[in-house]
Amino acid sequence: MADRQYELVYILPPDTSEQQVTDLHGQIEAVVSRMNGQIANTENWGRKRLAYEIGHNKEGYYVLQVINGSGELMKELDRRLKVMDLVIRQMIVRVDEEKKVVERTQTKRRTESERRRVKRGLPPQRQPGEGRQAGDGDDAEDDRFDGVEI
Amino acid sequence: MPFGQGRSGGGGGGRGGRNADKKPGDKEKGQRRTLFRRRKVCKFCADKIDDINYKDVKLLGPFVPERGKILPRRISGTCAKHQRKLQTAIKRARQIALIPYVTD
Repeated sequence: MADRQYELVYILPPDTSEQQVTDLHGQIEAVVSRMNGQIANTENWGRKRLAYEIGHNKEGYYVLQVINGSGELMKELDRRLKVMDLVIRQMIVRVDEEKKVVERTQTKRRTESERRRVKRGLPPQRQPGEGRQAGDGDDAEDDRFDGVEI
Repeated sequence: MPFGQGRSGGGGGGRGGRNADKKPGDKEKGQRRTLFRRRKVCKFCADKIDDINYKDVKLLGPFVPERGKILPRRISGTCAKHQRKLQTAIKRARQIALIPYVTD
């Protein structure tokens, strides 16, 4: 079976040292590689304000990792992160299926619009300066809701 | 058809209240509607946003008013399909403290 793709987001306290961060990275990597997974991408969002306090922390250091692997791997990883005192919050979300759906709808929309344009005798791609510009739409405001009507 | 039911329930309730208020001015009612009621369009359908991601706080922001509750569909005009996706995205964003659960 093809690997699934997951996104792991975890939050560390803002006063975490570089050393601790790299240690944690090493631990996660070890678990992932031991269970035949791989880390596709790592993003450090850095320090951010939390929307609510988590254990007296008002700020947190966010890290996002995209991991390809099995469900057992993510279960194990989740369990380990829960045990660690350093991680104040973590979340794992499966993303591969949603990504596929999004891609499909986008290609479908593109091919459909190209087909219609060719049928009308136009080149398949939109030319610059064609159609309605962003500025001249009179009804641009109509699409926005004003939040008072019920 | 769960969404149809929900909508007719909510909308019907609101309309009933308004009718009770404006029983004498029936002619006026039609005019008022054209004046104040704006056609509501699903933001995600109109802007062709396929991916409602929990990481995109800027996108989710307008659908979470000050109180922290999710804005209902009957007010925002979001279509059922996108409201469902919006709901999961907001709930995920809450879990990792990007959006508050409640604010007083």
